Amino acid sequence: MNDQFTGNARHSRLAMFHIDTPLLLGLLALIGFGLMVLYSASGQNIAMMKGQLVRLGVALAVMIIFAQIKPQTLRRWSLPLFIAGLGLLVAVLMVGHVGKGAQRWLDLGFMKFQPSEIMKLAVPMAVAWFIASHSLPPRLWHLVAGFLMCAVPTVLISQQPDLGTSILIATAGVFVLFLSGMSWRLIAFVAGLVSAFLPILWLFLMRDYQRQRVLTFLNPESDPLGSGYHIIQSKIAIGSGGVEGKGYLHGTQSQLEFLPERHTDFIFAVLSEELGLMGVLLLLGLYLFIISRCLLIASRAQDNYGKLVAGSFTLTFFVYVFVNIGMVSGLLPVVGVPLPLVSFGGTSMVTLMAAFGVIMSVGTHKRMLAAP
Amino acid sequence: MLKRRVTIQDFAAEARLFNSRAIVAMLFVVVLFSVIVFNQYKLQVVLHQDYQTRSEGNRIKVVPLAPNRGLIFDRSGILLAENRPVFSLELIPEQISDMTATLAGLAELIELSPEQQDAFLKQVKAQRRFNSIALKEQLNDTEVAVLAVNQHRFPGVTVEARLSRHYPFGDLFTHAIGYIGKINTRELQQLEADGEAANYAASRDIGKIGLERYYQRELHGTMGYQEVEVNNRGRLIRVLRSVPAVSGRNIHLGLDVGLQLTAQQILQHQRGAIVAIDPRDGAVLAFYSNPGYDPNLFVHGISSANYNELLNSRDRPLINRVTQGTYPPASTIKPHLALLGLETNTITPATKIWDPGYFMLPNSDHRFRDHLRWGHGWVDIYMAVMKSCDTFFYEMGVKLGIDRISDYMSKMGFGEKTGIDIQEESSGIMPSRGWKRARHNQPWYPGDTVPLSIGQSYWTTTPLQLTVATAVVLNKGLLPTPHLVTAFSDETGTSPVEPALTRTIEVVDERNWDVVMDTMHRTVRDLGGTAHRAFLGTDYQAGGKTGTAQLAAIAQGAEYDAETIDERLRDNAMYIGYAPYDKPSIVITIALENAGGGGANAAPMARQILDYYFAAGVNRDE
Repeated sequence: MNDQFTGNARHSRLAMFHIDTPLLLGLLALIGFGLMVLYSASGQNIAMMKGQLVRLGVALAVMIIFAQIKPQTLRRWSLPLFIAGLGLLVAVLMVGHVGKGAQRWLDLGFMKFQPSEIMKLAVPMAVAWFIASHSLPPRLWHLVAGFLMCAVPTVLISQQPDLGTSILIATAGVFVLFLSGMSWRLIAFVAGLVSAFLPILWLFLMRDYQRQRVLTFLNPESDPLGSGYHIIQSKIAIGSGGVEGKGYLHGTQSQLEFLPERHTDFIFAVLSEELGLMGVLLLLGLYLFIISRCLLIASRAQDNYGKLVAGSFTLTFFVYVFVNIGMVSGLLPVVGVPLPLVSFGGTSMVTLMAAFGVIMSVGTHKRMLAAP
Repeated sequence: MLKRRVTIQDFAAEARLFNSRAIVAMLFVVVLFSVIVFNQYKLQVVLHQDYQTRSEGNRIKVVPLAPNRGLIFDRSGILLAENRPVFSLELIPEQISDMTATLAGLAELIELSPEQQDAFLKQVKAQRRFNSIALKEQLNDTEVAVLAVNQHRFPGVTVEARLSRHYPFGDLFTHAIGYIGKINTRELQQLEADGEAANYAASRDIGKIGLERYYQRELHGTMGYQEVEVNNRGRLIRVLRSVPAVSGRNIHLGLDVGLQLTAQQILQHQRGAIVAIDPRDGAVLAFYSNPGYDPNLFVHGISSANYNELLNSRDRPLINRVTQGTYPPASTIKPHLALLGLETNTITPATKIWDPGYFMLPNSDHRFRDHLRWGHGWVDIYMAVMKSCDTFFYEMGVKLGIDRISDYMSKMGFGEKTGIDIQEESSGIMPSRGWKRARHNQPWYPGDTVPLSIGQSYWTTTPLQLTVATAVVLNKGLLPTPHLVTAFSDETGTSPVEPALTRTIEVVDERNWDVVMDTMHRTVRDLGGTAHRAFLGTDYQAGGKTGTAQLAAIAQGAEYDAETIDERLRDNAMYIGYAPYDKPSIVITIALENAGGGGANAAPMARQILDYYFAAGVNRDE
């Protein structure tokens, strides 16, 4: 590890700003590629591109800011942030602004704000704080408490209703528990519990439109003009792209707008159609590089809190990627998850980059003295 | 590591635990990415063709292009049915910001009824926003001009031109040419049954009657299409491929505008029909049924008031009298019967009979009267035709008997459709024993044969049928199938219609045919012939035969008095004629309803037609 310190000091000025160079380069490559795809997917909409650039700028700035915060500071703020987030979630359920038929937004007057975004960071951070304050592997009651910390916000968010986000947040928390070393037997037991919970989810927690999405996923052709339309058109776009694609800006499914939500949730279909399997492999390669680099940072982190938070954020990032691509290519039901750093979109990108900021912070703040 | 003094063992174990979990997670990531790659491979490589096809199906729409309908010309190339641009006022809702203001503005310029506006607004709601919707159709020239000048004030408002059938001669050719109209459900089903519906995807109209209907397939042409790329809302993005429509074939008629006009002028308000064909090939030269009606009324959909007027008119303009009017042929069939008498040796050119003014069957005291009360005295076949002696034919007819008459006359085309190239045709009635049994469930009496011998009683014929039968006499047994169309033409050239002549009668003795021709010639040429006065002073030699068909039964011993009888029961005047005498190139039939005597009324009309025919050189190969 010695050479790592010297290496950091030597090879990059960026290290002084707590920036992990390989990760930054990976992210920038992905963002560049994403912007290129978005230009096509937006129908060469310059205004949309400007909006996305501004948002990316803000998100990069947020990442850099988060990278400056020491992991110890983050750790101290984990629980207060979690409690504040819970409060906001309750507030949203009571006075939330109704957007797209769901109460997700809190109108602060100058901007609308989605408290569930905070929880994407706060839940894994709080669970990691809790688990890392004891020795690993965690004991059973630690795990039960950890699960409860995940469950409360999940239930609150699912009431908005925003099933996709609530599941992702629960997943982020559970990843912390998994990485902390909960036993495989317990994992099997929890998996059994979850499958037992599925019928309850279906019958009592899911809304009609959510059930419809699942049904449509199981058989999209049953309703080709209704809710199956999205997925059918998306698969046509992907399949017709072939190995080499129809050419940049020449996707007929996307440019002629047969593909719905082409610049947001379904942007992966645009990429598949225009750039073909080659483009898809390039994208997956970039994601895989970023994920590997982040997991490496996590494994090299100096304390358990850092390891767990960085690992959980990385895996959550992967889940976003997988869920989005899976849904667009017909492997998973349609849940409103954007393709990270590629889809046109708002607050979620900022949250995501904040997470990468945290990961960089974990990777670059090396303490000379180990904590007890 | 060295610096971790306190629980170093613990930290190392924790790090190993985390690392093993991180490796499991990484494996998990790799496996799931492999699932994605495998799925992408399935979609983009294995099923690529399938999705490629579906993608093309999404974006490519085929827009049919209607072919231009073939034109119709008369024998000298005068246009009888054309495709004229008609103008309609069309609006594209997407481009109009204030529909109410636009409609109000347009209503100041041209007349717009509230109904038109309501119908338009209904269409606006029903159709896509970028589709052009007609507000008013068939604009007149003034409206087109006013709109053109003010168009800049109304974005999204256009005057569109579309081709529409027009018949410049109005009612002059109606019964021959017919008309087209919008395709109805029944016709669409028929097209589907014939496997032709696909060719009509862009067509709105179809021939309803007459030549327009009979030659629908030729006139229609072949649909073209454009392959266009559309977006998800169906809006046209660009044209990928275009296959132009092939126009229908033009048809050329044997009809002559001048002859038709002459026929119309001489008939005026007289109900009746004038038809003339070339006996040598069956080409129809004149085809006029009076009264007619304007076919242009039907092209854009006739109003129910106009239609009811036509339907309920006592003069029955919708009836095609040339081919659907069935009239007793009366004395016009005397030459035809004379031929049968001669060919069967029932009579010879030397046979003479005594005409006392009536005919009685043996063992009967019923007197079948001659039109000349006091009789013609001694009559031979020449006199019998020339002066139209009834008694001669009564006697000959009874000797011939119904079977021979019926059989021979059928061979001349009586009682059969002529097969002319329009569908509106009646077969008339050529009575026979079998027919009477079937129709009236009665045996044939000798008394039935007597009036039949002068073309009365059950015998009815259409003017066209009578013309064809006369042509059979002129052609020495060759029956021509009459046809209005003489040629088709398209870009590749002209193809004439082959004349169809069928030998239906075997000639026994050519001289018999010459005798009959001579009798008809004498009818016109000789003083005392029934058509002599009508044809005085012609510079061509014609032949003919008059006929006067009695419609009201006249009691034994009573007099026919045109003054006292109901106008609709007055005699029909008939005439058949041909010219030139030695080498006939035209054979004509005139049938006039309730006009009186054939010699006085029908023959002069035939003369006028023939005069025009020769003066104008209608038959150019003469």
